[in-house]
Amino acid sequence: MKSNKKQSVKIPAFEAVGVVCAQSIGEPGTQMTMRTFHFAGVAEHVPTGLPRLIEIVDAKKEPKKSIIDIYLKSSYARSRPEAEKIAKELASIFVSDVADVEDDLETLTIKVTFNEKDGKGQGVTFAMVKKAIESFTGEIKTDGNSITIKPAKEVKTPKKSDKEKKEKKMTAKAVRKLSQKIKDALVRGVRGIYKAVVIKGNEEYFIRAGGFNVLGACENSAVDSKRIYTNNIKEIERIYGIEAARNAIVREIKEVMDMQKLFVDIRHIMLIADAMTYAGSLKSIGRHGLSGEKVGVLGRAAFEETIKHLINASAFSEEEKLIGVTENIIVGQTVPVGTGKIKLVMKAKNRVQK
Amino acid sequence: MMTQMLEVQKVLDKLKFSLFSPEMVRKMSATKIVVPDTYDDDGYPIDGGLVDTRLGVVDPGLRCKTCGGTVKECPGHFGHIDLVRPIVHVEFAKHIFYVIKSTCPSCHKVLAKKLPVADIEKVVDKVAEEEKPEPTVASDSQDSQTTSEASKTESTEAAQNVEKVAKKKAKEKGVRKCNNCGVDLPEIKLLKPTTIFKDKDMMLPNDIRDWLAAINDGDLRTLGFDPLYSRPEWMVLTALPVPPVNVRPSITLETGERSEDDLTHKLVDVIRINQKLEANINAGAPQLIIEDLWELLQYHVTTYFDNETANIPPARHRSGRPLKTLAQRLKGKEGRFRYNLSGKRVNFSARTVISPDPRIDLDEVGVPEFIAEELTVPMHVTEWNLERCKNLIMSPAYPRAIYIIRNDTRRIKVGDTPEMTKEQAENLKVGSTIERQIIDGDVGLFNRQPSLHRMSMMAHRIRVLPGKTFRLNPVTVSPYNADFDGDEMNLHILQTEEAQAEAKHLAKVEKQLLSPRHGHAIIKPQEDHVSGLYFLTSDESHFTKAEASSMLYLIGITELPSSDVKGGKYSGKSLFSMLLPEDTNLKVTSKLGEEIIIKNGKLVKGAVESKATEGELLEKMFVNHGPEFTKNFIDNSTRMALEAISIHGLSVSLKDYTLSTKGSEKVKGITDKMNREIDNLIMQYKNRSLERAPGMSLSETLEGMIMEITSRAREDAGKVVESDLGNTNSSIIMAKIGARGSLLNAIQMSALVAQQTVRSKRLLRGYKGRLLPYFKAGALTAPQRGFVYSSFHDGMTPYEYMYCAMGGREALVNTAIRTARSGYMQRRLINALQDLVVYDDMTVRNADMSVVQFIYGGDGKDPMYSSTAEVGDGGKQDDIDTA
Repeated sequence: MKSNKKQSVKIPAFEAVGVVCAQSIGEPGTQMTMRTFHFAGVAEHVPTGLPRLIEIVDAKKEPKKSIIDIYLKSSYARSRPEAEKIAKELASIFVSDVADVEDDLETLTIKVTFNEKDGKGQGVTFAMVKKAIESFTGEIKTDGNSITIKPAKEVKTPKKSDKEKKEKKMTAKAVRKLSQKIKDALVRGVRGIYKAVVIKGNEEYFIRAGGFNVLGACENSAVDSKRIYTNNIKEIERIYGIEAARNAIVREIKEVMDMQKLFVDIRHIMLIADAMTYAGSLKSIGRHGLSGEKVGVLGRAAFEETIKHLINASAFSEEEKLIGVTENIIVGQTVPVGTGKIKLVMKAKNRVQK
Repeated sequence: MMTQMLEVQKVLDKLKFSLFSPEMVRKMSATKIVVPDTYDDDGYPIDGGLVDTRLGVVDPGLRCKTCGGTVKECPGHFGHIDLVRPIVHVEFAKHIFYVIKSTCPSCHKVLAKKLPVADIEKVVDKVAEEEKPEPTVASDSQDSQTTSEASKTESTEAAQNVEKVAKKKAKEKGVRKCNNCGVDLPEIKLLKPTTIFKDKDMMLPNDIRDWLAAINDGDLRTLGFDPLYSRPEWMVLTALPVPPVNVRPSITLETGERSEDDLTHKLVDVIRINQKLEANINAGAPQLIIEDLWELLQYHVTTYFDNETANIPPARHRSGRPLKTLAQRLKGKEGRFRYNLSGKRVNFSARTVISPDPRIDLDEVGVPEFIAEELTVPMHVTEWNLERCKNLIMSPAYPRAIYIIRNDTRRIKVGDTPEMTKEQAENLKVGSTIERQIIDGDVGLFNRQPSLHRMSMMAHRIRVLPGKTFRLNPVTVSPYNADFDGDEMNLHILQTEEAQAEAKHLAKVEKQLLSPRHGHAIIKPQEDHVSGLYFLTSDESHFTKAEASSMLYLIGITELPSSDVKGGKYSGKSLFSMLLPEDTNLKVTSKLGEEIIIKNGKLVKGAVESKATEGELLEKMFVNHGPEFTKNFIDNSTRMALEAISIHGLSVSLKDYTLSTKGSEKVKGITDKMNREIDNLIMQYKNRSLERAPGMSLSETLEGMIMEITSRAREDAGKVVESDLGNTNSSIIMAKIGARGSLLNAIQMSALVAQQTVRSKRLLRGYKGRLLPYFKAGALTAPQRGFVYSSFHDGMTPYEYMYCAMGGREALVNTAIRTARSGYMQRRLINALQDLVVYDDMTVRNADMSVVQFIYGGDGKDPMYSSTAEVGDGGKQDDIDTA
């Protein structure tokens, strides 16, 4: 059979790559599962599939479940026990995890009873608990495995506004509040990192934990701060900057797609990541992000919050320059993408006269 | 020469949004509306009423008093209502509030203006600090605030300015004084929706209006307004524009009764209260009564703009249905914007049920005759096609012209008597246009909703066929995601040569064989085509001369090559090879585990299955030989495959899913073993000797282990099924070569359905601690937790049937939720990215020309060819870098 022509693999000029990208990421969404994923022991229901994709695209401040991958410096990464040790150092344990905290509102005291069995499992001693509690002001009495605190009087509600209540009297309400604070006091580990599990990677052991406190984890000298990773894109942007956030978006979307065996060309994923980050800050896809900041009034009005956009446009006498796709569709003109960007002119002088 | 109409193409360059001043409202008003009524007793519009004929007309026969036009000609004219007392426009209440908050009650200067810049910064810092107690966070949020602000659009920025000034002012403590005149500043509060309080006193709209009117232009600019186009006092209405009647047409019911539009009803209310208020004022009624009426007028004007305003009851129709007022008309999916402006209705389209036709080409669409008779294409009459056009006009039956559009743009219907058509044909001149019925070979855009990707709308060649359905080649169902269980599709006929050319060169089916999503073939042999090709090319397939010639004839080869197998027979491999271009080389391991080798266009080894037909073979062919060639290959291989499968035969019967006694026993053995293992685990769990898996509770560990055992049981049963049913079983063959179905289907039909799950866990719902009331609470064994021992062949027990229903329901609910969620996500994605275009310098830019990527995808390659990108020209990385 005879052969035809070879095709150019270059992207054609004026191709509407944005729409193709949106379709290429949106269309497989219909085929994705809604299931959450189980990272052996770490955060239970890490969203994958469609919910996770929506989360990434929304650029949420705090994703439902953050995961942090903590890689260790080579001297710690080789053996499991070494890594386990670091994992224990990192995972946060609160007073309430290893002790019962009870407040007695009659005597205005708080009693903390250390639970030895729980403590042993976590490698926590009574002294550690005591140390954690000592940071609170007040009279502290130790009795066997329990500590009784009589809060000092100057404990005050932090709000300035209720000045009258700031009398030097300890209220039951304040004691309740304090007991809550004691429950949340950190006995060991890094706040915001929990349930650390050691995982064997390609050639080394690393720690996977819930949470996203990158800076906190990096304070541990065993942690290789150059390779630490979290799936919390907003946090990556805050700490490492927008370029890192872009790469994280690419990585996260790709992971979602790969997990479901849905293949999407990396170019599409890169484009969406670039669109979300090119302005210098992380922007979501939707009315609070990219779509809400589009230049065209009509385009914004046609998407969501129609009235709001029209009203603001007229109050501040905005101009609609009709440069976007929707805007031109609304007024019934050719859309400025693809062949709509090209004009063809024919010279008529050679026309056959009859 | 011909009097070709030189149409001046008008292009809208820009639009400007602004506010109407009351003067403007009155100026453009055709009449003042004073009567709160519509028609008089004779059914004639009342002068000065809401359907005054000066506002335009909706009844045929009447003429507009302003422009003299009839229903069709008159564009409609605005009227107005003079409000006796000013009324706050709901939608602008927030703007008014911020302006009042930001200006001095006495000198009407902007409060922040006199502050030196440094002071403003100090105040802003202070505000930020107060909001966020932690100093580090505060500086962070401030940074991001300033960066995000830089990219905000005009209006939001302006709104923020106003807001910021107001906010900052509110944060200052004690009695604040105006920086300009030193007067004490009152506390301003907004009580939604429209009431503003000054200290503890309610401000009357006319006070508000006076305040706003006193702000000078310079101060307004500071606040972000352009006083030429919008002054804040215009946000307090003194004249209410009344939309033309054709915006709110009344409908006549069959009974002859008139039913007015919701807007008209609302306007009636406004006028009525307005008049009552006027009468009371003139009669010198007590202030209390006047204020009550004023408030009522405010309510009616508010609901006239938006009947879903928070905190006020919606105005209702007599029937109790809430009225649809202005905001409701614009808003949402069924609103003016999304329903009418973004989505436009079209002519020259058809919709009907689809059905398969493997004998038409894949780029064709079978169009029923009755549709072909209805749809037309414009045909410009030139000296070269004059004769043809004349024949089309004179034609008495199907391919005929329906309209003639003469040079003077008059549209004439082609007559239905031979005499008339003859005359019309004779009068036909070069330069006119005729509209002729579509014929074979015209292109149409074929579409199936939901249009999730660009392959949901492709150009097909029309082929007029008898019947009432659209026919399409079954290989094209995958891009459309269609099936033939009653699906309907749409066909659009392109009306300009430009559109037709674009369709042919860009949207044609064969150009879309590869998906731009991943670069792999999306139109590829499926189901019976794959089976057919497998039977065609398997080692023992030999065909007689008659069979071979019928196959080759189908693909347009009329000369029979010499036979290559003894006995004058032809091997299927050699017949298949005739489809391949000479430079085809392929080496893949098939799904059956054997090697498939194609060398220089000859199939040397192996039987072709889905892996060979869909992947590399098609993609390379597409890049190296072009879309058309690839299309022909698919069409021809389909034809041969179908012929081969007809010769070979492929069917299934109930017997194919019946396990032998031995097989059934083996399956029984597997489930028995599974039960034992599970019982064992449960025992360990109960006496606490089960070891807890890291990060899981004991019961979670147990569940995880049981799930593992049950899925292993199914796998084991799979092996039994595979060996028991054997390799000659059609179902197994189809599953293995990737034509249709999977081994799982065969297992569930013949061996056992296995574990049912909800949320990837064994079933546990329905009753307290148990699945069904007949079980003990806390039951953990397989049969009590959703394991189905029966096969579909044997039939299920009632329990098992219930389990399947539970698992099935989850699947149904999930798909329903998923489609809704992913649909919205896609809408947002499209909306956010639709303006991104690759320019000829390979940069990806937004509508405002800001660069998003410097080189598309980092290499400028089309993702459509990404899987095969090493072939072809112009795609090398170096080529792009120099560009």
